[in-house]
Amino acid sequence: MKGNTNKTLIWSLTFGFAVVAFIALFPLLNLILASFRPSTELMRNGISLVFDPSTITLDNFIYIFTEARSYWQWYGNSLIISAVIIVTSLFFSSMVGYALAVYEFKGRNVFFVLVLFILMVPFEILMLPLFQLMIDLQLINTYTAVVLPAVVAPIAVFFFRQYALGLPRELMDAARIDGSTEYGIFFKIMLPLMGPSLAAMAILQGLGSWNNFLWPLVVLRSNDMFTLPIGLATLLTPYGNNYDILLSGSVMTIVPIIILFIFFQRYFVAGLTLGGVKG
Amino acid sequence: MLETSKNTNPDIAPIKNKKPNKGLLNFLNSKKVVPYIFVSPFILSFLVLSLYPSIQAIIMSFQRVLPGEITFIGLRNYERVFNPTFYKALSNTTIYVILTVVILVTIPIILAVLLDSKVVKFKTLFRTSLFLPALTSVIVAGMVFRLMFAETDTAVANQILNWVGLESVDWRYNAWSGMFLMVILASWRWMGVNILYFLAALQNVPNELYEAAEIDGANVLQKFFYVTLPFLKPVTIFVATISIIGGFRMFEESFVFWTAGSPGNIGLTIVGYLYQQGIQQNDMGFGAAIGVILMIIIFIITLIQLFVTGAFKRGDE
Repeated sequence: MKGNTNKTLIWSLTFGFAVVAFIALFPLLNLILASFRPSTELMRNGISLVFDPSTITLDNFIYIFTEARSYWQWYGNSLIISAVIIVTSLFFSSMVGYALAVYEFKGRNVFFVLVLFILMVPFEILMLPLFQLMIDLQLINTYTAVVLPAVVAPIAVFFFRQYALGLPRELMDAARIDGSTEYGIFFKIMLPLMGPSLAAMAILQGLGSWNNFLWPLVVLRSNDMFTLPIGLATLLTPYGNNYDILLSGSVMTIVPIIILFIFFQRYFVAGLTLGGVKG
Repeated sequence: MLETSKNTNPDIAPIKNKKPNKGLLNFLNSKKVVPYIFVSPFILSFLVLSLYPSIQAIIMSFQRVLPGEITFIGLRNYERVFNPTFYKALSNTTIYVILTVVILVTIPIILAVLLDSKVVKFKTLFRTSLFLPALTSVIVAGMVFRLMFAETDTAVANQILNWVGLESVDWRYNAWSGMFLMVILASWRWMGVNILYFLAALQNVPNELYEAAEIDGANVLQKFFYVTLPFLKPVTIFVATISIIGGFRMFEESFVFWTAGSPGNIGLTIVGYLYQQGIQQNDMGFGAAIGVILMIIIFIITLIQLFVTGAFKRGDE
């Protein structure tokens, strides 16, 4: 008898979770469905629960692939900016985190405290002086302005330090005997061992810059320099006449990320739960 | 192998130093210099992109900043800050923080405990579904929410309201429903991530504690309140803190629903006000003053967090 009540409990809870999961996926499903519907109708009605299946059309996607030049410009900008941020921030932050973990040197603790301190200062507070700095350096409306504040990511430094603390130091000594330089030890031996942490940080930094909004909004000025979120946001006008690009375009900003997520789930989880610290 | 390496290591340096033409290379490769070279990108970025702007932000808040003309005006920016619009932004943000923290702490705890128990099937599938929203940008998610919560009777949200016999709502034009939109958008995006924090913490609850509680005759709820919850206290404080700080920094959730300005400022937040004044109106001194106040708020929250987690206590436990 107890088995029966347990089974009822299991299935009712599982059903409850199915409902919760459906609610979580509902907006995404709506986005995908809506991208196959006429934009004029969406503008008039919003997204409806019930609609006429015969209205399903590929028009939004045909339009974006044939007409929407600026969308692909934004896509390219986002790809370049995210790639540069991933490469530079991983390169520099791993160096810093590694040094803080494996070397004994004067000021090491000071540097580490500073890293923790910057983690606590929200970017929004530094935004206006940084904006002024970009104006002074004549970097407004350039990739450099978007990338610069992200080059050394304190969250990544912190993460790499924690990870590097667990690396086997004997390997360093062995490599020194073999005549390897300190730089060779880092790039050829230790960095490859930091692979999993690099993957998690690549995803955190990549997703962060792919979706980043406020800073690019501040420093990018012309349509041809916009990143995807900024460009798409400019289409959110009160007249709602851009839903063709907005919907198919949004789908195509998410699809690559979901594909990556399927393959690298573990690193997404590691990267994003850490990203919470950033806000 | 470990032993030999330790023994031979001190001999390496003198051998290398015997080659004088490689002096510079040896210097760059010495263990005294290498760490500083590795850390130098951080030093540079800290000085230029963190320290300088932090100081500049404070200085700026006492200035009137016009192109090519900067005047020191004392506390005048701060006198101007405390106006009805700022209070509106502050109260909006505070309400938003309270609502998101309550939702994003309590619901994830319950869902995580259930997902961690043996009574739910397809756990991985559910965990993944709940996590997926975190991959979207606020702009994309907000656009979908705008269409789902459109003002017409034909949009999803109003359709559901009409089915249960309620009137349609002009979602983006009422104070309460505007707040609802921002809160639900943020909750939707962060729910899965917070569940993961709690799930990770639940792995550390020792099983013996549950067994002991069972022997003492504790029921499911008692076990939850007296065993699970106390163990989740540190992670709860952590999640609450990042939610509070994230909430005070909120900007995009408001921007995506109203772009430039919301009716009666129902969606205005502190950072939204900072952006509006500092960037759009180009009143950087005034914007900087808003930033300094935000910094003070966040510092107080961080101090409270450190205090609650016992960072200031002596380690006499």
